[in-house]
Amino acid sequence: MLRHILALAIKEFLALLRDPRSRFVLIGPPIMQLIIFGYAASFDLDHLAVAVYDEDGGSAARALVSRIQGSPHFHVVAHVAREEEVAPLVDNKEVLLVLHMEPRFTAHLAQGGSGSLQVILDGRNSNTALLALNYLRSIVLDFNQSLAARRGSDGPPVTLSMRAWYNEDLDSHWFIIPGIVGLLTLVVTLVVTALSVAREREQGTFDQLLVTPLRPTAILVGKSIPGLVIGVIEASFIIAVAMLWFEIPLRGSVGALYLGLLLFLFSAVGVGLMISAISVTQQQAVLGAFLFLVPAVILSGFATPIANMPEAVQMLTYLDPLRYFLVIVRGVFLEGDSYALLVDQYWPMAIIGAASLAAAGWLFRHRMY
Amino acid sequence: MSQPALILRDVHKCFGEGEHARCALDGVNIEVAPGSVTGLIGPDGAGKTTLMRLCCGLLKLDGGSIQTLGMDVADQPAAVQAAVGYMPQRFGLYEDLSVQENLDLYADLQGVPVQERPARYTRLMEMTKLAPFTSRLAGKLSGGMKQKLGLACALVRPPRLLLLDEPTVGVDPVSRRELWEIVYSQVREAGMNVLLSTAYLDEAERCDQVILLHKGRVLGQASPDRFSQGLKGRTWEVSAQDIRPRRLQADLVKQAGISDAIINGDRVRIITREGFEPDAASLLPGHPGLHVEAVPPRFEDAFIDRLGGAGEGRHATPAIGQVAAGEYPGDPIEVEQLERGFGDFVAVKKVSFSVKRGEIFGLLGANGAGKTTTFRMLCGLLPLSSGRVSVAGHDLRTASAQARSRIGYMAQKFSLYANLTVAQNLEFFSAAYNLRGSHQRGRIQWALQGFELEPYAGTNAGTLPLGYKQRLAFAAALMHEPEILFLDEPTSGVDPLARREFWARTNALAEAGVTVLVTTHFMEEADYCDRLVIMAEGAVLAEGSPHEIRTLARTPENPRPRMEDAFIGLIQSREKAA
Repeated sequence: MLRHILALAIKEFLALLRDPRSRFVLIGPPIMQLIIFGYAASFDLDHLAVAVYDEDGGSAARALVSRIQGSPHFHVVAHVAREEEVAPLVDNKEVLLVLHMEPRFTAHLAQGGSGSLQVILDGRNSNTALLALNYLRSIVLDFNQSLAARRGSDGPPVTLSMRAWYNEDLDSHWFIIPGIVGLLTLVVTLVVTALSVAREREQGTFDQLLVTPLRPTAILVGKSIPGLVIGVIEASFIIAVAMLWFEIPLRGSVGALYLGLLLFLFSAVGVGLMISAISVTQQQAVLGAFLFLVPAVILSGFATPIANMPEAVQMLTYLDPLRYFLVIVRGVFLEGDSYALLVDQYWPMAIIGAASLAAAGWLFRHRMY
Repeated sequence: MSQPALILRDVHKCFGEGEHARCALDGVNIEVAPGSVTGLIGPDGAGKTTLMRLCCGLLKLDGGSIQTLGMDVADQPAAVQAAVGYMPQRFGLYEDLSVQENLDLYADLQGVPVQERPARYTRLMEMTKLAPFTSRLAGKLSGGMKQKLGLACALVRPPRLLLLDEPTVGVDPVSRRELWEIVYSQVREAGMNVLLSTAYLDEAERCDQVILLHKGRVLGQASPDRFSQGLKGRTWEVSAQDIRPRRLQADLVKQAGISDAIINGDRVRIITREGFEPDAASLLPGHPGLHVEAVPPRFEDAFIDRLGGAGEGRHATPAIGQVAAGEYPGDPIEVEQLERGFGDFVAVKKVSFSVKRGEIFGLLGANGAGKTTTFRMLCGLLPLSSGRVSVAGHDLRTASAQARSRIGYMAQKFSLYANLTVAQNLEFFSAAYNLRGSHQRGRIQWALQGFELEPYAGTNAGTLPLGYKQRLAFAAALMHEPEILFLDEPTSGVDPLARREFWARTNALAEAGVTVLVTTHFMEEADYCDRLVIMAEGAVLAEGSPHEIRTLARTPENPRPRMEDAFIGLIQSREKAA
């Protein structure tokens, strides 16, 4: 049995690595996606285009505008002189927001009154608009406080003193990049295993395999090993890049992370082999893999919090192995979690893996045409 | 009409680049006379399909020029395609449309005027004998009927030149005869030019002209008679009372003066080398009782002779040790009332037979007759709907893994790992069959040497020449010295030399006590079997030795019927009964 598994695993590796196309699939897309996700995917907004419609032109208005200009989040791209110019700028998406200072802004402030500042926001992407508004609020709050200090008053009675734990700078890369470890490993492992049986079926080698004395269990295990090994290598590479290149701290136990990784890969391999056992052609296998991947990513909490989903959908997320692994990888990276805290994430993945592998094994021998 | 239908001048076509480049056509010069049926003959990979696709402008030329019906293909591909009808190997029938809808579709595509259609349809349905089935879905037709419908669709608007790519492969003999009648009626009635390719050498004799294509080059172009005339006085048939034809063939092919020997019914047909006169008394030492008779040469003889002859059993045949027979009750293969349905379609109907130890047993039939389905059930690859199978005393579907180590299996299409080397494939399969240590190394060595695969040990299996692929598949199936061997269509698409090699090897295996079950759609190969069943539409039509089955078709007019005659007779008597 052991010799059979070894022979199968060697054959699988050879078949995978001797083919230039599948070699590329293992190396090309992960690096590309790592770059895309690492740099492009971020919840932080920088250099938002802003237009200023300053009807006042006084010192206070200029001071406020220069504060906004000085913030990394905003970039003043236009100064508007007439009201009619405002609408086209927003309509054509040339700016995300327009700041409108009333004609006597500086004068009102100088008299000890309050100046009013109108913000016109492009609400088409509500998420972006809200974030921009938040940035603007904190700038205005800051401006108010320094103004109050100069006037010698005490300023507002309650001030917010903020301190974020785990991710001190609230840098969203720290949230996203550990998630990529799970996402990319899932994609590669699933595609590698989903294609393995389907490829053999398509080429007729699977029949040849089934008439040998190899047992279905041996075929199952032999076909799982390459997925596991490649998944671990791939994940280790992304973890290293996250730590060394993106400088995200790994605070928890590496052992706990790798235990989670192994269980996660186990479940991914199981799902992959199950898809493979159902598919007759490689095309079906790839389609099947993506049919699983897209909801798996959306339901995992990779980008949107699970707690915000409707209750019925939340129940579905319990079937998603990525959901558990994301908790583990983020927990170990940012919170410094260890084994004891992660037990509740480990066992569901083990169950998903065992169930899907059992299903794949049954399908091997029962789905034949 | 005196202008040639096709003129090819120094045509080159290569696929791939750099060191992987493979030239499918390498300097081909051909002229096809108008108003004739021209056969393009050659083994798989000879370049037949490439040539046809070039002639109708579906591929770009790498060099040379082609004039189709007087038009240059490179200059006027659209005009050429409008005048040419092309039926590829797998014709694009829409299986979910009925026969009539398929015809309508192709009539629309070809722009046949609506008022002309009814007459044309009637004529086509009459020729193809498909009239009773016009409302049937194309997917539910038999293989032969599909092929006839394909031809009918290609003919809805009669083209001036008809290109047919292997229209008869795997088709039952009755439909093959009908296809040929349709082709000839078109040539006679409409003055159509036809170029068709075929792997059946006996069909070459039905062509006006034959072009021999081998490895991308033209070996010759002439009428079939002209080809065989060169062999006048060199073809004979040998028969003996006390030796089985298979044994006789194996012995004769080793004789120095004989360039080829094949089984032909109860006799052995030989081609002698030039100047060698076979003498009944001295032809085979130790067998004085032979009867030798001169026979007229056939096209196949000429083809084999041009390729160099089969000669002295020069095949790569490894030494095969006597196999140890396992202990189990009954025969190695027993099949009782076997049935298999797919939905409401019954692919195999109440099939029963049994195969004795050391026997070569044939399953003969056209494509779609249920051979492969039966085969897959025997190997445990497909569940039975009902009935019982026993292989080496087990039902392989439920048997232990150990029982499977008694059988060897060679699938219809090449099914080893294409991007593993020859040696890696052998290593994997030997390990899968529980060989280890020095025994494993010894068997790998045996396979590499015996099948002359050593020069290719480091080559990817997928890039091997076709004949070597088959040797490798054969070697992989024999690594563990199985006592039962399943061979599914081993000779389909293989050139005649490789087919001889294959049968020589299979004979040697049977001599060593291996039980062999083999499927084939070449009727003449039946004579290599000890016993066989003929299948059609999922049912067994006849069972027995080749001699017994041929005897069924014996009539005063046809005292020595061929297996094909017997097959056609069986089909016709079945249709009468129905």
